[in-house]
Amino acid sequence: MNPKRTNNIATGVIYGLVGIVVLILLFLIGYILFNGVPNISWQFLTSPAQAFSAGGGIRDQLFNSLYLLVLTLIISFPIALGAGIYLAEYAADNWVTHLIRTTIEVLSSLPSVVVGLFGYLFLVIQLNLSFSILSGAIALTFFNLPLLTRSIEESLNSVSDLQKQAGMSLGLSDWRTITRIILPVALPGILTGVILSAGRVFGEAAALIYTAGQSAPSVDYGNWNIFDPASFLNPMRPAETLAVHIWKVNTESVTPDAHLISSASSAVLIIVILVFNLGARFIGNWLYKKMTATR
Amino acid sequence: MKTYNLEDKSIVTIEDEIEISSDNLQVYYGDNHAIFDATLKFPKNQITSLIGASGSGKSTYLRSLNRMNDKIARVEGKIMYQGTDINAKKVNVYEVRKQIGMVFQRPNPFAKSIRENILFGLKSNGFKDKEFLEERLETSLKEAALWDEVKDELDKSALSLSGGQQQRLCIARSIAMQPNILLLDEPASALDPISTSKIEDTLTELKQKYTIIIVTHNMSQATRISNYTAFFHLGHVVEYDKTSKIFMNPTMPATADYIAGAFG
Repeated sequence: MNPKRTNNIATGVIYGLVGIVVLILLFLIGYILFNGVPNISWQFLTSPAQAFSAGGGIRDQLFNSLYLLVLTLIISFPIALGAGIYLAEYAADNWVTHLIRTTIEVLSSLPSVVVGLFGYLFLVIQLNLSFSILSGAIALTFFNLPLLTRSIEESLNSVSDLQKQAGMSLGLSDWRTITRIILPVALPGILTGVILSAGRVFGEAAALIYTAGQSAPSVDYGNWNIFDPASFLNPMRPAETLAVHIWKVNTESVTPDAHLISSASSAVLIIVILVFNLGARFIGNWLYKKMTATR
Repeated sequence: MKTYNLEDKSIVTIEDEIEISSDNLQVYYGDNHAIFDATLKFPKNQITSLIGASGSGKSTYLRSLNRMNDKIARVEGKIMYQGTDINAKKVNVYEVRKQIGMVFQRPNPFAKSIRENILFGLKSNGFKDKEFLEERLETSLKEAALWDEVKDELDKSALSLSGGQQQRLCIARSIAMQPNILLLDEPASALDPISTSKIEDTLTELKQKYTIIIVTHNMSQATRISNYTAFFHLGHVVEYDKTSKIFMNPTMPATADYIAGAFG
């Protein structure tokens, strides 16, 4: 077989494989949006869920998902950033570091049900945090940390050593070189990691059923006192998220329009993740340009 | 390649004022002994070239002078600068690097604006006075012969400059810190001939204010710009003398063979 022919066949096969991926993706997203979008209405997004009758909305679940995401990122991002910086810039190449990396990899392949049950036993029961957004956020942090740490470490490592040397040669401390020179360059990669982990958090159900709970008590969106149990910002209240809601209406619910609700909720879930992705990219690009003066 | 007796060496005595010197410097990468007993004195406000084949240790030696080999290699022996041994553990390496600047083989400007590239080091060291910073910005860029090319686009990204301009920016970034010594590690080897000659002109100008030590692969570059030249071979300083002496009438057979192109 001559090289040209080999090349054509290889290219054909690769195009075919890519085509399969794209088709599956388009089919799934198309199916969800096609079935869901017609059922989304302002009323659906702004009214509370109904247990027995039709016409329930997803107001609380949607908010809970977003709130949980924010809380999870607030807890996990600083930890992951610190760990990522340590692994990329400070850690010596020895067995301790290898052990840490292996541990992170093991943690990242932990099934989410296991994380959920661990969260239930440890956070909900042992630490007496009860079914709450906080329990959910901490459980999701366990879930989220490995991915986030790894992606931050990799983004930092992808920045050329020459940049670090330049900083050193000016008599700058390691810390200043890392935070002011390397981190800005690594920002787009770090952001990709945040977006990926956010998508995972947003779509997670199993780990949350046992930690954040399955009930969405009605809350007061005008009450800004986070210590008040009725406040929407109270992290100690149980909170069913959108993904958990989809699971629940499909398994236990007796509402007659369960199918409509889950289709519409799925579509909302996808759209929100998309908006989050685009928003994060936009803000990230803006920040990157501001910090690096590239236009 | 022939084998030479590396214990034989010919080191000139420098009559001029000495800016920095190394005394029996040894460098080890793990178990690998990379530099043997390097004893060299560098005259103030002159250019000294370090030449030698790849792997001769000239870059390793250069990087030891401002402690860039910390954490990478073990450096033993003394490096005397202004009456102190700056290779001592307790010495503040950040202060050392501020006074002994370095420019690398590949241009490595920060992913920041041209202005920020020059001023970042100063700002990091607490200089805030606007007038002072603007003055340093202009002076450094002028000294590096880059001012005329960039004065109207100081807020553009440094990465938009050409390779030669980037390298001159890196020189400007170093001299903005007002060092006494400038170490250059093959600064022109990644550049085209025109950019190279601009860098060489710049260095010749800069030696009035700074002591310059430059590693180079390019022998005609060494003859063009440097006053003294040290020849490194397999981690040993084999010969150190006036550049003209090294290239016209070398004492050591290894130097003569290297200059004649017998290896390299």
